Amino acid sequence: MTDVTMDAASPTIWGRSGLLTPFNVIAGIILAGGAAILGIRFTQGLAATTNLSHTYPWGLWIGFDVMSGVALAAGGFVTSSAVYLFGMKEYKPIVRAALLTGFLGYFLVVLGLLADLGRPWRLPYPFIKSAGPTSPLFEVALCVALYLTVLFIESTPAVFEWLGLKWWRKLVGSMTIALTILGLILSTMHQSTLGAMYMVAPTRLHPLWYSSHIPVHFFVSAVAAGLAMVIVEGMISHRAFHHQVQISQDRFASINFGLAKGAAVTLGVYFAIKMVGLATEDEWQLLATGWGAWFLVELLGFVLLPCLLFTVAYRERRLTLARVAAVITVIGIMLNRFNITFVAFNWNLPAGQSYVPSWMEIWVTVAFITFAVVVFRWIANRMPIMYEHPDWKGVH
Amino acid sequence: MTLTRRGFIGGALGSAAAAATAEAGTVRHFEGHPGRYGLLHDTTLCVGCRSCEAACKEVNGLPPVAEPLDDPAVFDSVRRTTDTSLTVVNRYLEADGDRAPVYRKLQCMHCNEPCCATVCPCHAFEKTPEGPVLYHPELCMGCRYCVMACPYYALAYEYEDPLTPKVMRCTMCYDRILEGKQPGCAEACPMGAITFGRREDLIRVARERIRKFPDRYVDHIFGEHEFGGTSWLVLSGVPFGQLDLEEGLTTEPLPAIATSYLGVVPLVITIYPGLLLGMYAFSKRREAVSAAEREESVARALAAAEEVTQQKLASAADRAAKDKQKAIDMAVKKALAEAQKGGE
Repeated sequence: MTDVTMDAASPTIWGRSGLLTPFNVIAGIILAGGAAILGIRFTQGLAATTNLSHTYPWGLWIGFDVMSGVALAAGGFVTSSAVYLFGMKEYKPIVRAALLTGFLGYFLVVLGLLADLGRPWRLPYPFIKSAGPTSPLFEVALCVALYLTVLFIESTPAVFEWLGLKWWRKLVGSMTIALTILGLILSTMHQSTLGAMYMVAPTRLHPLWYSSHIPVHFFVSAVAAGLAMVIVEGMISHRAFHHQVQISQDRFASINFGLAKGAAVTLGVYFAIKMVGLATEDEWQLLATGWGAWFLVELLGFVLLPCLLFTVAYRERRLTLARVAAVITVIGIMLNRFNITFVAFNWNLPAGQSYVPSWMEIWVTVAFITFAVVVFRWIANRMPIMYEHPDWKGVH
Repeated sequence: MTLTRRGFIGGALGSAAAAATAEAGTVRHFEGHPGRYGLLHDTTLCVGCRSCEAACKEVNGLPPVAEPLDDPAVFDSVRRTTDTSLTVVNRYLEADGDRAPVYRKLQCMHCNEPCCATVCPCHAFEKTPEGPVLYHPELCMGCRYCVMACPYYALAYEYEDPLTPKVMRCTMCYDRILEGKQPGCAEACPMGAITFGRREDLIRVARERIRKFPDRYVDHIFGEHEFGGTSWLVLSGVPFGQLDLEEGLTTEPLPAIATSYLGVVPLVITIYPGLLLGMYAFSKRREAVSAAEREESVARALAAAEEVTQQKLASAADRAAKDKQKAIDMAVKKALAEAQKGGE
């Protein structure tokens, strides 16, 4: 075990040929392109870089970076609550990676917001200059700011173990339960309030997606997305950092089956509340329209299908199937947030006005994701993320 | 801050308390500031001359209209307001027999309860007692939630401006109103299709017109009650849906719909800590109980094993004692027998 730790801490992990590995070169190109586009955005404006319009003020940077990013980063609060609050200790080996993914996910949200806001340097205005507490966005901003701080503190034990700062490590360790509870409160609030932001648009958002229950839809789907994202993240990181992983393949697989079971239940609940929405708002006849067909693609193909796949994967212990279901779930969440943000939004306007992201918006989004992956890699290569530090085994 | 319903609701109590107040406040109703201004657009009088567009550009210091005012081609497409055109006139129906073409002017409706103001996280909008909804660019961070929220698609954003973009919309010529003048568009209209005045007077005027000419008008004033009412009121001779104004809209203000969920937030903050600590305590207790049970069953197993051992030992000792006795008896018997033999 000791040599694993030493190996992990050594910089040779950057690749045998130094800095110029294929990964680094591709990541460098993507990041440089993203920086150049952001340069254009802050010299020539949003009009020069995005396809945003007066009718579609929110596009990919809100629909993906903010709306999907927050949902996909839900794995942090879901796994930490399971382990620390509900006593599901068997998931402890994945908590750190999930929290780090969560932190980087929220960091990406803030980056996306900074690119999208007209005057990003005024981001703290709601808190220091002129508060608009009646706005759901005010609550989201406050919760995201606080939760980003919580996730940051929750990610520091790995840093303190890496640096050997024992006193600090003990301090943050003693805060685990309080931070986990705070994280769950803040997540419940802002995950749902992101959905509540659309309650102001009963005429502009298509009735199949608009619902007075939309905050609950957002929260439940975020839990499913978070669980699916933990499976996807584990699939990639356990391949990339397999030499660091201490737990056996069997144990890792059984953790994944547990997650698959959780995701199946959550997706089942989500499907059920979507049906309740259709029933209480009596929208069955809308299913026969073109929008209805698209709605069914999302609901059957990206909610019910992965729900069934997760169930089969759990019952028959098929890891690959669980991973396929997780990928479908992640795509499904993005599809839902895209539908709500700009596809089914302004649905009653004449065709031909719709929003399609520009290649520059897509590039910047890919660059932000790349940035998060690079940072994850840098941290996981140095700090005890994928494994337990020998000095701190079994400690909170 | 002026006392609007929103200000009344919002205060400094935070969104959570705000929503709770809104719930509690439903038994009271703020009708809006009496005597506030509004505008009435009578689409039956509008001829699509676009003088209002030109005047709007002039009083707001915006670049003049791109398409010549006498160019009918501009009506071939339906336009919307932009960051440089705060009002536009569209033709919704072409001439049909006796009926002239039908035009409608678009601009910010200056809602009685503006949702742009409710959803702004920076409190950059203000409903003035005079009626106009004002926007304060010096407070705006550019999230464009207001642009997204407006049910009338009336707000625009300066996407071309890289560093100081603003939301652009009709201000109802607030400064001119304070000076005692009419808004630019109302002053410029040659047909009397735009009437400026106190909102309650305009509603009376509109009712009177409908009463006098029932054949000319649809019996409805758009903006009197839609989403809690607007400062701009519209009269029409054709169903409002044909003018892209949704018919049958709720009278409930959008801000009330938009913030209805926020009342749950204080419950989450107050209920979760206790609930979660309870769950934590359950899981801890379950662990403690199972540990205690494990210990007890081990102790019981040990005790049982001990007892069995003791019994075995006792029986072994007993057996040994019996064996010994037997051996002694045998030896005695033997000795006696031998003694007897020797005696014979």
